[in-house]
Amino acid sequence: MESNVYDLIIVGSGPAGLTAGIYANRYKLKTLVIGKVNGGLMTEAYKICNFPTEEKITGFELTEKMVKNAQAQGVKIINKEVIDITEFGKLFKIVSFDNMKFISRSVILAYGTTHRRLDLFREKELLGKGISYCATCDGMFFKNKVVAVVGGSNSAITSALYLSDIAKKVYIIYRGKKLRGEPAWVESVNQCKNVEIIFNSQVAELIGENKLEKIKISNGVQLDINGLFIEIGTEPIKYDFIKNLKIDTDKKGYIKVNQAQQTSKKGVWAAGDLTTGSNNFRQIITACAEGAIASESIFKYLKTSI
Amino acid sequence: MMSKILNINGENEFEKEVLQSNLPILVDFWATWCMPCVMMTPILEELANVMDGKIKVAKVNTEKIENQDLAIKYNIQSIPNMKLFKDGKIIGEFIGLRPLEMIKSEIEEILKK
Repeated sequence: MESNVYDLIIVGSGPAGLTAGIYANRYKLKTLVIGKVNGGLMTEAYKICNFPTEEKITGFELTEKMVKNAQAQGVKIINKEVIDITEFGKLFKIVSFDNMKFISRSVILAYGTTHRRLDLFREKELLGKGISYCATCDGMFFKNKVVAVVGGSNSAITSALYLSDIAKKVYIIYRGKKLRGEPAWVESVNQCKNVEIIFNSQVAELIGENKLEKIKISNGVQLDINGLFIEIGTEPIKYDFIKNLKIDTDKKGYIKVNQAQQTSKKGVWAAGDLTTGSNNFRQIITACAEGAIASESIFKYLKTSI
Repeated sequence: MMSKILNINGENEFEKEVLQSNLPILVDFWATWCMPCVMMTPILEELANVMDGKIKVAKVNTEKIENQDLAIKYNIQSIPNMKLFKDGKIIGEFIGLRPLEMIKSEIEEILKK
């Protein structure tokens, strides 16, 4: 029975989970990474220029590199969604969607965040019929068409830049007065001739029969568009086990961690976009760092606990 | 073991293998740049095995020039996009990565009707 108990189970296979896996493996901890999509939201990034080893890389390629390195170092990854975590004695039981059960002495929560929705009527129904949360996944289907991106952050701006090479025309609809992405990206998008930015505006209505055809924006104007890319940020994925395990979160649901990435629950750490760590600066590099810190902290913890 | 998944290239093959299929057939519209699509592939391989004799499974790579008209015809705007065909008609549609058990039960539910 003992041999079925892991030292560490990492829930999530994005940059935080994969890096935690690499570190844990080097600490010779019996480790398993369980994640739904390898790379997580990173896979959707169109162009990454701020990861120190990469001059210019897509999120897909960086994911492939991280997974390849993790596997080469012996990290075991399985692709399943974890839906429940319970505590029994000093151990944790992790249950996947298909009811597989895993036992571990410690846990790192690194399952990340999900796209925030506009919460407009018919938004769900029109998903895949003109509405998308991922420009790099779906942009290609809008060749020479008219699209709009909602949002003013880095992901909104880089999505607009990516789409500007494919679509005939790209609108950026942003509720603020000024784009809030990195100045380098803002400069690039301002130079794009087929990108038009509509400030101080929000999408008010989605119009179309079987697919999106028009949107109405808050100033009353209707725009004829084929695609709407929603890039208004992310929020932590909500699972009941966070409440059940009495893990503290902030008001928005981000998991509170200390400097060692420990949560309020003994035996449970958290790393990556879903935490309050790294000064709330949610980047690939900070996710990796948090994963590394968590594994090192767990190594020390397991060594001193029975 | 050889893959049970059919790779469809072009409209003629689609007509013959999908629209004229004797069994219901799940068609996955996908592309190599999409990570959820890449991760859906082994799940579909397994699905083709566990539902062997009940449905067939096919893939259409939307990046290929010969398949682009198919992507337009079937209004593919988000991938992975899986459509279940029976007697040449779409009877179910599934967008996004999902585990084996989920897609299997969704398909079984539709086929029961």
